[in-house]
Amino acid sequence: MSSLLSVARNAEGFLERVEDWDRDLAAEMAREVGIPELTYRHWLVVDFMRNTYLATKSAPTIRTLGKESGVPIKELYELFPKGPAKLAAKIAGIPKPKGCI
Amino acid sequence: MTTRFTNAADAMAIADAPQAITKVSVIVSKGSLEGIYPALILANGARMEGIEANVFFTFFGMDAINKARHDAIKVATVGNPGLHLATWLGGVPGMSALVTKQMMKAMEKLDIPPIPEFIEMLADSGAKLYACKASVEMFDLSREDFIPQVEGIITVGDFYQMAAGGQILFT
Repeated sequence: MSSLLSVARNAEGFLERVEDWDRDLAAEMAREVGIPELTYRHWLVVDFMRNTYLATKSAPTIRTLGKESGVPIKELYELFPKGPAKLAAKIAGIPKPKGCI
Repeated sequence: MTTRFTNAADAMAIADAPQAITKVSVIVSKGSLEGIYPALILANGARMEGIEANVFFTFFGMDAINKARHDAIKVATVGNPGLHLATWLGGVPGMSALVTKQMMKAMEKLDIPPIPEFIEMLADSGAKLYACKASVEMFDLSREDFIPQVEGIITVGDFYQMAAGGQILFT
């Protein structure tokens, strides 16, 4: 089990290396951003985010998240109130999404 | 809770730090495609950052939330020097539809949704949508003309109250 203290992160707290990520780190980062426990619905989004990034080298847009992650947009904002795309990317251990949408 | 500063320099540094934006209220006053999209992108971008967002549709901007019109919003091809299109050419029948189609194609590539879907996405993201009372009366419209996601028809005074403490963007 790794700890957040042992991995490199940028100024905003995103992992520097995608491969450093594991599910314990994800839970730790979630607590850091005010999500005490990652539920099955959170994981649907986080896993979708990570898998999409690993496959395409870019993070999905909020529109794609809402259409394809299995979690509709309304619920995305309930799960990640401070910004679903940004927070799910952080928890998924991938870089901050670059697009405006 | 009181905060104690060990010295005046620390206290000043904190007072000078830029305040994070926590709320934006965007006014949409134009009814062209290029008039509406920037506002929607700004409001959606705010929600994506966890910033509270209100969108106030006034004058022709109300077309974006008008059930009968929001699916047919076009790029203005006349009086739009940014297109670099001769004025007479911009007025040729079908030109506006053609340019709109091209622009929509470019936006779809960037995963930017068409206006009706974008507005729905905004409402789902928790942004609050309002129509301007003066404009509604002027164009002789009513609640039924708008999509159900519209929270209400409000006055300028209501708008300022709602916008209190945040930033106002006019587009």
